Amino acid sequence: MDYVLIFISIAFVNNFILSKFLGLCPFIGVSKKRSEAVGMGLAVIFVMTMASQVTWVVNRYLLLGGEQNLFYAIFGRSKGISPESFDFQYLKTIVFILVIATLVQIVEMFLMKAAPPLYKALGIYLPLITTNCAVLGVSLLNAKDFMNIQSVSESFLKSTVQGFGGGVGFTVVLYLMSGIRERIEKYPIPKALRGVPIAFISAALMALAFMGFAGMGSK
Amino acid sequence: MLRTFLNGIFRENPVLGLLIGLCPTLAVSVSLKNAVGMGAAATFVLVFSNAIISVFRRFFPAKIRIPCYIVVIATAVSIVEMVMAAYFPALNAALGIFIPLIVVNCIILGRAEAFASKNGLLASMADGLGMGAGFTLTLSLIASIREVIGSGKIWGITLTSFYSPQGPVKPVSIFVMAPGAFIVIACILGFIQWRKGRAFKKECGSCSACGMST
Repeated sequence: MDYVLIFISIAFVNNFILSKFLGLCPFIGVSKKRSEAVGMGLAVIFVMTMASQVTWVVNRYLLLGGEQNLFYAIFGRSKGISPESFDFQYLKTIVFILVIATLVQIVEMFLMKAAPPLYKALGIYLPLITTNCAVLGVSLLNAKDFMNIQSVSESFLKSTVQGFGGGVGFTVVLYLMSGIRERIEKYPIPKALRGVPIAFISAALMALAFMGFAGMGSK
Repeated sequence: MLRTFLNGIFRENPVLGLLIGLCPTLAVSVSLKNAVGMGAAATFVLVFSNAIISVFRRFFPAKIRIPCYIVVIATAVSIVEMVMAAYFPALNAALGIFIPLIVVNCIILGRAEAFASKNGLLASMADGLGMGAGFTLTLSLIASIREVIGSGKIWGITLTSFYSPQGPVKPVSIFVMAPGAFIVIACILGFIQWRKGRAFKKECGSCSACGMST
C-alpha cells in the first residue's frame, strides 16, 4: 500500500513540473511535438529510476555516517574510530551530480551497443538529461523524507518507486502539454502571447487542475 | 567591461531573454526575501565559477571540459550551501533543494561554456556579475508581483490593505501557489513580446533582417 501511495503522491500530488517546478527547461523546450515529448519522457523515466537507485546506494554506503558506511567498515572499525566521523553528507551535491553524469554516459554507451533501436529513439535526449534538474532533484529528495511518507530514504525499493513515479508524472504532463501546444498553433492567439507565453498560461491552467490532487494521500 | 555587465541584465537576460534557469525562478519567487537570497547565491556561484574557469581555461582538455566545469560549479555550490546553512538557516530552509540544484542551472554551465572558456579573468567576472544581476532582478520582479498580489506583503511587511465598499480586499492566494508563478511569467513574457513588436514597427517598418523580430 505504501508503494501505491508513494507513486500517486510523487506522480500527481507533488508533480515534478506543476507543483515542484523541476524540469521546466525540457517542459518548455521539448513540448512542441508529441513524438518528441514521448521520447524525452521515456528517457527521463529510465534515467530517473536508475539515478534514484544508484544515488541511494552511494548515499547510504559511502556518504551517510554510521555502521553501514563502507569507509567505516574498511578503515574505521579496526582502528576504533567512531562511525559518526565517517559522515560525508557535505559532499552530496558534488558526488550526486558526478554519479548522474557518469550514469547517463554509461547508459548511452550501453544502449548504443546493446539496443540500437532504443538508442535511436532516446539517444538525442540522453545528454540533455544530465542537466535536467528533475533527475538531481529526485536524488536529493530521496535522501530526505519530504512527503510525510515514512522512511522513503531508508528503503531502496521505496526510493526506486519514488524515482519511477516522478518520471511517470513528468512524462504525463509533458505529453499533455505537447498535445495542447500542437492544437494551440492553429488558433488565432494575440501576437504578443504566441509561442512561449501562451504555453505558460496553459501550464498555469494545468497546474490549477493538478491542485485538485492536493490532499490525496495525506493521512 | 560595463557593456559585458549590462549585457547580462538587458540584452541577454538569462531568464526573460534566453528562457533558461526557469526552475528556480518560478519555485523561489514566492517572496522577495527568498528571491534576493537565491539571486545572491546564484551570482556568487556564477562569479566564482567564471573566474576559476577563465583562469584555468587552457588546462582543461577539450574533450572532458564539461565534466571539469561541473566539478568547479559544484564546488562553488557546496561553499554556498555550507555558508547558508551556517549563517542564514531560515533562508536555507525556505530555498530547500533549490540551493544544491544551482549545479544544474543551465545559466551557469551556459556562461562557463559560452563566455568564461574564451575570455580573460576580469571580463569573465564582469559577465558573471552581470548575468547574476540580471537573474536577481528578474527574480525580484516576479517575486514582488507575486508577494504583493498573493500575500499582501512586500519583503515580509504587510501592506495596508486596499479598501473597497465591501471591506478590505483579501490577497489572491493563488498567486503564491504554483499556478500563479506560471501566470506571472506568462504575462511578463507577453509584455516583452508586445513591446518588441511595437518597437519593431515604429523603428524600421518592414525590415525583417534586423533581428528584432523573434
